Amino acid sequence: MITFENITKVYPDGTTAVDDLSLVAPSGKLTVLVGPSGCGKTTSLRMVNRLIRPTSGDILLDGESTNGMDEALLRRRIGYVIQHAGLFPHRTILDNVAATARLTGKSKREARLIAGELIERVGLPSTFATRYPWQLSGGQQQRVGVARALASDPDFMLMDEPFSAVDPVVRGQLQEEFLRLQREIGKTIIMVTHDIDEALKLGDQVAVMRTGGHLAQLATPEELLTAPADDFVADFVGRDRGYRSLGFVTAAPDLAVRPEPAVELGSTPEAARAASTDDWLLVVDGHRHPLGWVEQRALTGPITIGDLNLSGTVASRTGTMRQVLDASLSAPSRRGVLVDADGALIGSVTAAEVVGSLDEIRSAKGAAS
Amino acid sequence: MNFDWIGRESDTIVVLLLWHIALSVIPVVIGLAIALPLGWAAHRSGIFKSAILGTTGLLYTVPSLALFVLLPPILGTKILDPANVVVALTVYTVALLVRTVSDGLDSVPVETVQAATAMGYRGFQRLVSVELPVAVPVISAGLRVAVVSNVSVVSIAALIGTQQLGLLFTQGAQLQFLTPIIVGIVLCLVLAIVLDGLVVLLNKRLTPWVPKVVHA
Repeated sequence: MITFENITKVYPDGTTAVDDLSLVAPSGKLTVLVGPSGCGKTTSLRMVNRLIRPTSGDILLDGESTNGMDEALLRRRIGYVIQHAGLFPHRTILDNVAATARLTGKSKREARLIAGELIERVGLPSTFATRYPWQLSGGQQQRVGVARALASDPDFMLMDEPFSAVDPVVRGQLQEEFLRLQREIGKTIIMVTHDIDEALKLGDQVAVMRTGGHLAQLATPEELLTAPADDFVADFVGRDRGYRSLGFVTAAPDLAVRPEPAVELGSTPEAARAASTDDWLLVVDGHRHPLGWVEQRALTGPITIGDLNLSGTVASRTGTMRQVLDASLSAPSRRGVLVDADGALIGSVTAAEVVGSLDEIRSAKGAAS
Repeated sequence: MNFDWIGRESDTIVVLLLWHIALSVIPVVIGLAIALPLGWAAHRSGIFKSAILGTTGLLYTVPSLALFVLLPPILGTKILDPANVVVALTVYTVALLVRTVSDGLDSVPVETVQAATAMGYRGFQRLVSVELPVAVPVISAGLRVAVVSNVSVVSIAALIGTQQLGLLFTQGAQLQFLTPIIVGIVLCLVLAIVLDGLVVLLNKRLTPWVPKVVHA
C-alpha cells in the first residue's frame, strides 16, 4: 500500500505542481494517475521514490513514512519503469536486468540467474541475454525495462508512461502482457499516463488529476465512465462513454445466440447459395475459425480469400458487451460472430439483441439495488 | 642518409626513444587522473562549468618553451630535470582532458542517469559503474589528441637539453647533418601512430557495446 498524505509540491519559482494530494494505492493493485500535461502526475509519482522531494506532507509505504528514509535504500525497494526504458547502453541485456538484483545484495551469479528467468518471463527470447540495448527495438527495450524493475522482486512499482514511446500495435501487446504479468505477480503499482484509454484498460483504480495538481476523481474505470464527478472528468474521459463503458460489462450468459450457417473456403457458389439464409454468408477455415463474409449472389467460382469482406470483428462468448456489440455493428450482415475460447464459431447475435440484453442487465441491477 | 651513423648511434637513439615514450605517456596518465575529478566537477557545477573549462583551457595557450623555462624556479628543480617536462605536459594534458571528461559525462543519456538514480545507485557508485563507462568513447577521443600532441610537444624540450628524440633535431641542426633529423622525425611519427593505436585498441576493449559503425 502506498499512501499519499496531504502531499504538496511547490517549486522555488512559486508554481504549485501538486496541491494537497491524498490518496491510497492499495496493495496488489494497479493505480493509474492520469491527466493533461502539467497536472502534476509525474511529479506525484517521482515523490514516491524521492527523485523529487515533497514540500509538505508524507508518503507512506505499507504505513511506514518515507520522510527521512535513506533515499538509495528506499529506491531499491521500488521498481521503476520509464518511458524510454533508460537501459544502460554499456551492459548486456542480462546485466541490465541483473543490476537491480545486484543492488539489493544478490551475488553476481544469483542476480544473473534471476535476470535470465525474467527475460523469458517478459516475452523475450533467451538469446537476447548477450545483446546490447542498441540491438533491440523500442518495444523490446521496454520489456527489458520491466524485467529490470522486477529483478529485485520489489513490493512496489512506479511506471512513468511506460508504453507511450512505442507504436500502437506494440503498445497494445505490451499492455495485454503486462496485465497478464501483474495478475501473476500482484505488485502494488502506481502508473502515470496521459492516455485515458490506457488508464481505463490497465487501472484497477484511476486517479484523474487536473492542472495545478488537484485530484479530480479517484474511481474504478467503470465508475469514471458511468459516473464522472464533474465536467472536467467527463470531458477528459471523453466521448463515447456509454459505448466504452460496455467494455466493463461481461457478455450476458443468457444472450440469445442463434446458429450461424457457414461454409469453408473453396466451397462452390452452389453450396454457398444452398447454405445461406440471406445475402451474406460466413466463411470459416478447417477449424471453424471465422475468416470473413461473402456476398453469395456475387460468387462466380469457388470461394477465395479475395472474395471475403473482412470488415466484421469477432467477439469471444466470454468477452465484453462492447466486443459483442462491435461485432454485430461491424459485420456486413449485421450479425455479430461469437467464438469460443479456441476461436471456433459458436453462432451470431444482432445489435438489437445485444441492446435488449443490456436493458435486461440494467433493470436487473435496478431491481437488486 | 648516413646508415653507418644510425648503426653507430643506435644505442643512444634507443635511449632517447625510451625517454621520449616515458615523457609522453606519464603526463597523460597523471593528467587523466587529475582531469577526471576536475571534469566531473565541471560537469556537475552548472554555473561554474565555464569558469573551470575556461581556466584549464587557458593553460593550453601558455607556450611550452616558456613553461619549460619557468617551471624550474617554481618547482625548485634543475633546468635539465625531466620532471619539468612531465609537469609541463601534465598541465597541457589536463587542459585538454578536463573539457573532454566533462563532455563525456554530458554525453551519457539523461534517462540512463535518471534510471540509475531511481534504481538506488549512490552518487559515486553511479559515476564509476554507469556514467564513466558510458563516457569512455568521448574521453578516449580526447585522450588520442592528448597523446599525439604530447609526442610532438616533448621534442621542444630539446631546446633546454632534456633527453628525448628532440635532441636529434638540435644535433642535426648544429652539425648541418640531415640523418639524425630524419631519424627523429620518423621515430616521432611512428611513436605517435603506435600510441594513438594503443588508445584506440584500449577504447575498443572497454566498449564492446558501441554499435559497429557501418560506412555507406
